[in-house]
Amino acid sequence: MVLLALACAAVLIATAPLALAIQEPTRARQAIYGICLIASSALLVIAVLALLGIARTPSTAILPLGIPWLGARFRLDALSAFFLAVVAVGAAAASLFALGYGRHEAAPRRVLPFYPAFLAGMCIVVLADDAFTFLVSWEFMSLSSWALVMAHQRVPDNVRAGYVYLIMASFGTLALLLMFGLFAGPDGSYAFADMRAAELSAGAAGAVLILALIGAGSKAGLVPLHVWLPLAHPAAPSHVSALMSGVMTKVAVYGFVRIVFDLLGTPAWWWSMVVLALGGITAVMGVLYALMQHDLKRLLAYHTVENIGIIFIGLGLALAFKAHGMALAAALALTAGLLHVFNHSIFKSLLFFGAGAVLTATGERDMEHLGGLIHRMPQTAFVFLVGCAAISALPPLNGFVSEWLTFQAILLSPQIPSWGLKLLVPAVGALLALSAALAAACFVKAFGVTFLGRARTPAAAHARETDRFSLAAMFFFAALCLVAGILPGAFIDALAPVVQSLVGARMPVQSGVDWLSIVPVAESRSSYNGLLVFLFMLLSGALAAWAIHRWASDKVRRAPPWDCGYPDASPATQYTASSFAQPIRRVFGAVVFRAREHVHMPAPGALEPARLTVDMRDLVWDSLYAPVAGGVSFAADRLNHLQFLTIRQFLSLVFAALVLLLLVLAIWP
Amino acid sequence: MALILDLVVQGLQMLLVLLLAPLLTGFVRKVKARLLLRRGPPLIQPYRDLARLMRKEVVLAENASWLFRVSPYLIFAATWVAASLVPTFRTGLLFSWSADLIVIIALLGSARFFLALAGLDVGTSFGGIGSSREMMIASLAEPAMIMVVFTVALLAGSTQLSTMAAFLVSSEVGLRVSLGLALFALIMVAIAENARIPVDNPATHLELTMVHEAMVLEYSGRHLALIELSASLKLLLYVSLIACLFVPWGLMPAGAAVALLAIGILAYIVKLAAGGFLLALFETSIAKMRVFRVPEFLGAALMLGLLATLLLFVSRSL
Repeated sequence: MVLLALACAAVLIATAPLALAIQEPTRARQAIYGICLIASSALLVIAVLALLGIARTPSTAILPLGIPWLGARFRLDALSAFFLAVVAVGAAAASLFALGYGRHEAAPRRVLPFYPAFLAGMCIVVLADDAFTFLVSWEFMSLSSWALVMAHQRVPDNVRAGYVYLIMASFGTLALLLMFGLFAGPDGSYAFADMRAAELSAGAAGAVLILALIGAGSKAGLVPLHVWLPLAHPAAPSHVSALMSGVMTKVAVYGFVRIVFDLLGTPAWWWSMVVLALGGITAVMGVLYALMQHDLKRLLAYHTVENIGIIFIGLGLALAFKAHGMALAAALALTAGLLHVFNHSIFKSLLFFGAGAVLTATGERDMEHLGGLIHRMPQTAFVFLVGCAAISALPPLNGFVSEWLTFQAILLSPQIPSWGLKLLVPAVGALLALSAALAAACFVKAFGVTFLGRARTPAAAHARETDRFSLAAMFFFAALCLVAGILPGAFIDALAPVVQSLVGARMPVQSGVDWLSIVPVAESRSSYNGLLVFLFMLLSGALAAWAIHRWASDKVRRAPPWDCGYPDASPATQYTASSFAQPIRRVFGAVVFRAREHVHMPAPGALEPARLTVDMRDLVWDSLYAPVAGGVSFAADRLNHLQFLTIRQFLSLVFAALVLLLLVLAIWP
Repeated sequence: MALILDLVVQGLQMLLVLLLAPLLTGFVRKVKARLLLRRGPPLIQPYRDLARLMRKEVVLAENASWLFRVSPYLIFAATWVAASLVPTFRTGLLFSWSADLIVIIALLGSARFFLALAGLDVGTSFGGIGSSREMMIASLAEPAMIMVVFTVALLAGSTQLSTMAAFLVSSEVGLRVSLGLALFALIMVAIAENARIPVDNPATHLELTMVHEAMVLEYSGRHLALIELSASLKLLLYVSLIACLFVPWGLMPAGAAVALLAIGILAYIVKLAAGGFLLALFETSIAKMRVFRVPEFLGAALMLGLLATLLLFVSRSL
């Protein structure tokens, strides 16, 4: 089975040079995205078969690749299969979307070769079974996505985005490299199987956790390592943005889960506190950053940060329960986190597709220049609305299910004996609830300003509905949002083998519960039935509509808007993205962003306009990254002198270094 | 037989909340008027208003989209489903297991989501101001509500409303600090969620102070009727919720005889009247606060809720 999956990945890699071989852009596009679509669909089938236990898992393979005489190990177990399914479903939909979207690509030869390579990189990461293969494919994934970020290198800011991304990706890989070094020890082996068997000291295990948090967390976008994400994700073409935000961050989560839950063994009590605190802060900071944006794609990218926070809250709770031997509760929390991984990959990809459709139709990413698109692009508007409702955790869609499960896991946590967790978990619960409510506000803003109201520019007023391929991809994901929301039991059951292998227990079987409800612990404790809630809403809405149209008036007259008697024809009088977020900026921004409003009011009679300027600062960047960047450039300036030495000075420098190293070696015990 | 009875009770509950909701709104208005030494509109005025609005044609703004026309039905459906799942006169409703208290809160969140979108749809400045402020208020009220849910759920060991009510009416509850804090938080959230004084004024005609009314400014006819009905249902839901959780006496257990159900309904109506009276009394004795004082008010509710939850994490007996 793993060989089949690898064969698909090999097909993807082989497709990359094909992109250069085909000269004609239309045929190249159709060939590349067509092959990617087929290969990722095949991968999806393989992954689902492996996850449902129809195929034999785990299946392993050792291929004569990489370092000679060591070989490259691959393994497809339940965890890999789940994440492979997430990667494959995202890749399939993105390829379908790109069949239409790619038509508008200005520089197809900068995108087409790297796209299949990027897909292959993500697939191989989740299949790797030794540190070397893992790191090489991880870096391959980073570099190919970096090339895609740089596809439009002439757009201002994209070069900076690529630069920051490259530095952060290298930094993350460095952390992972050190971590695997700690794992392997001086005489250790590269294979994951040996690491799983290795007994690490408490200090080393703690260091591994911290390094894994830095390495995987920087790729996933944990605050404060998130700075590259909102720069790089929007810079790429939209189908790649969808993959980076929806799927690549999940590969990073995979890395964290694989290392911490699978390889590291029994967690210490304080691990979960670090993960929970980071998760809670990430969730709220991510959504607050998102609320302050008016670039549609950047808003979505910041929202990825928020959702990664929610996922890490689930993982942190699972670690806490696992550390205290509460296997059932750990299973619930881990299922919640992993289900959110799947859900987020679906709706975030959907939203990025929608943003891409808007971008091709209007040439705008800035929401302040959009508006009224629901009239021009009704189908895109509908699927985007589904995505917005799902990510805002509204029942009966899928985002709500995973958040509900996370809340249920929090309600089990008072039984944990540790005092630190007793104080931390309620605070994290409050942060989670806060981020959910703020997310709804953020997506009312995103949808309302972009699609509703009146067009703010001619570009928005003359937008055209997007093509059929793009719509097909979006409708597929919108349907998946609904299905995963009303039939969550099937998805929870599919996750059971993954959870069983990681925490040694699973959630109760959901498929046998009456009426397709989900029952996390016991029926008397809590249950949720998305299907019934959906049907009830449908029924009561339809009943109301029928009754009103049957017995009351059904007449409609179109008239100018009322607006309290003072309607203004100018679309500039509408609420904009910034004005919508102003109350929230006043409440939260004054502390979090040091937001200050300055009003410049000219003297009476003066002809100059009054001005309102808002001054906001990114404290993470200012307090963490700016000093480091300053220090590096200072050191680089000083070291610059070394380049202009004479040959004698160079030789004495080499000699001094040699003596110093020998001394260190002599003193070393 | 038992199933049929359960079905009848569930249907009765759905009808009851729908029929009583305008009456509660009318009652609060009447009491407020009497407290201000006015005569006030008759109790059944809200029904008349609804009937009148239903008969009128809809005057739709020229650039209103399909979302604007669908939203009232969505809002009504979500609110009605939520209100039908809160035990009013009997616990163990037939479908209560399909949605727990968190789902009920989230259903109200869905209704608010679509209402705020509808406010932005026509593209007027008043609609925008209403939506923006409503979401600001909700961003604090919702987490406070979740904290209240946590408090009660931790005590009762369940997020199912029927189980919670059954636990709270039992003798093992006693007086607890955390429940007191949660009650205060819940009342503050209820006031904010239902756009009552001091957070918002349901009877305002001064545009700049409106929140809820600003969002629905462009609605007319049957659409406005549905939105008004949803607002009444939401008020009824919160009064029922407070009654169900903190005044559960008179709430009949599942399987009670038909005669007892009548007593349950009577007790419920008395509780509604008491809740409505207290609300009117509170509203007439306090002034509306500035919009940017609201976050402090709701922040206090959030802190109360968090404190209550924290107490339960620290000690089960508080």
